[in-house]
Amino acid sequence: MGLTMVEKILARASQRDTVSPNDFVTADLDVVMGHDLSFYAAYRAMTNNGFEYVWDPEKIVVIIDHFVPAMNVRSARVHQQIREWVKKQNIKNFYDCGVGICHQVLPEAGHALPGRLIVAGDSHTTTYGAFGAASCGIGVSDLAWSMAKGSLWFMVPETIRFNLTGKLAQGVSAKDIVLKIAGDYTAEVAQYKAIEFSGPAAKALSMDGRMTISNMGVEIGAKFAFFEVDEKTIEFLNRRGSEKVEFFGPDPDATFANTYQVDVSNLEPQIACPHNVDNVKPVSEIGEVYVNQAFLGSCTNARMEDLERAAAILKGKRVHPETRLIVIPASRKIYQKAADSGLLQIFLDAGAMLGTTGCGPCGGSHLGILAPGETAISTTNRNFKGRMGSPESFVYLGSPETIAASAIEGKIADPRRYL
Amino acid sequence: MSIVVTGKVWKFGDNINTDYMAPSFAAEAPWEDRKKSILHIHKIFTEEAQPGDVIVAGKNFGCGSSRETAPTNLKRLGIGCVVAESFGRIFFRNCISVALPVLAIKGVVDIFEEGEILELDFNHSLVRNLSTGKEMKGNPLTQDLINIVQSGGILAMLKLESIKSGHTS
Repeated sequence: MGLTMVEKILARASQRDTVSPNDFVTADLDVVMGHDLSFYAAYRAMTNNGFEYVWDPEKIVVIIDHFVPAMNVRSARVHQQIREWVKKQNIKNFYDCGVGICHQVLPEAGHALPGRLIVAGDSHTTTYGAFGAASCGIGVSDLAWSMAKGSLWFMVPETIRFNLTGKLAQGVSAKDIVLKIAGDYTAEVAQYKAIEFSGPAAKALSMDGRMTISNMGVEIGAKFAFFEVDEKTIEFLNRRGSEKVEFFGPDPDATFANTYQVDVSNLEPQIACPHNVDNVKPVSEIGEVYVNQAFLGSCTNARMEDLERAAAILKGKRVHPETRLIVIPASRKIYQKAADSGLLQIFLDAGAMLGTTGCGPCGGSHLGILAPGETAISTTNRNFKGRMGSPESFVYLGSPETIAASAIEGKIADPRRYL
Repeated sequence: MSIVVTGKVWKFGDNINTDYMAPSFAAEAPWEDRKKSILHIHKIFTEEAQPGDVIVAGKNFGCGSSRETAPTNLKRLGIGCVVAESFGRIFFRNCISVALPVLAIKGVVDIFEEGEILELDFNHSLVRNLSTGKEMKGNPLTQDLINIVQSGGILAMLKLESIKSGHTS
């Protein structure tokens, strides 16, 4: 019987010919990643429980991206400690402050490759599914175990499929697709499951767009969130130095627990309203929502394509005087490209603040914090109560285009007016 | 020996995320202040929850971030177990890893009112309402997961592995 993408990867990694949903397997890990929050805690847990060294320094990736640059003595101490530890462990794949956000840097640096099994101490690790990797977030105890042992237990999940058809209208992008799915099918449509996004509209998406959707997979419950490896994946990875990348997808007779049909043709820009990611409305039904802050950034939506789409709207315009716009590219490489192609100048001319590449205000723990009663519109992935600051603040989520239009108008706005 | 947990019920709705259990705005506060921020969306819970109490919740409990401080904060408050209609998967896995008994049962919110007494037989996926006598069976957990909880969590198992394999530090 045919296998889905996750079944193929978990079978290979657990040295079995085949696996089925609900099998309990112990699988070998190809990459284990931790950042300044999760690696720090996991390393201490590992060494406190009898393991002085990681199982294989070549397969560990460590990145400092959450508190960048350090904002107080405590975070500075954490970073200092991490630098000592990676030296002691001889971990070469270490990315210090300023390289970028983990979920952008791992694909850029060639760690997120098709067919790999990747775990990391961060829930948005589902992002690498865009490259055909089985990747998921774990807690720090599992991370400690993974760093010490190089293997981890998994229940093989069922796979569901979202078949994306039709053609996106101008001003509508990947974020709108995944918000629409969350709104229509709820935040737990993929609970405990692997997703495969397929169909002509999936193939038509750029790698940046696919990463946005895989990234948000966890927001609809998914354990893994795959796209099939195609010419675009291979081209992206070849350009970054990964050779011999092969096509990878499910067997033609693989079993899917469910298939959902999503036609993106008449999709309008979508907004997730406070305080749940599946509380979604089309922008035309939002009404007057004034915003104190607009944020273009995070592992969800701060890639080159996102910056280009936002800049196309902001060009020659000014941010509304009662709104602050923060722009943070997802990596140093993207920052450089945005500088070279004039996008940063467009943001500066519009009156935006540019932040150091990193997670920024997304998690409410590093600058750009919201005051009680304030409202933000953001390209990030979560709008939970208190997510970006005060528990009395409000977060709306949308696409880069929507954030740009909203920053100009000082209220949530339809970007299609600017095209 | 089966793990059995008995305690007074606090009820929560759907989509209670891990940010609410370990909010970033309180991350650096001392424990006495931080504990008042845990599940801050239920004001009476933050004031009155006692060690030994338990949680009954709706769908998708623990959705969101992978922060393990979500289950460890609940443990440190003394919460004995969490029974919900369904769970966010990373939170569920983290509960197993830190040995906080959890069980998913569809319909469980209908047989408990806040303040009633719940008994969970973890190994047999069984909950009873000791106040009303009603009981329900949840999805059975595989023995491998029960073993992790019974061993005291994944770090306790890691320590055993280190002794077995002769690692020391």
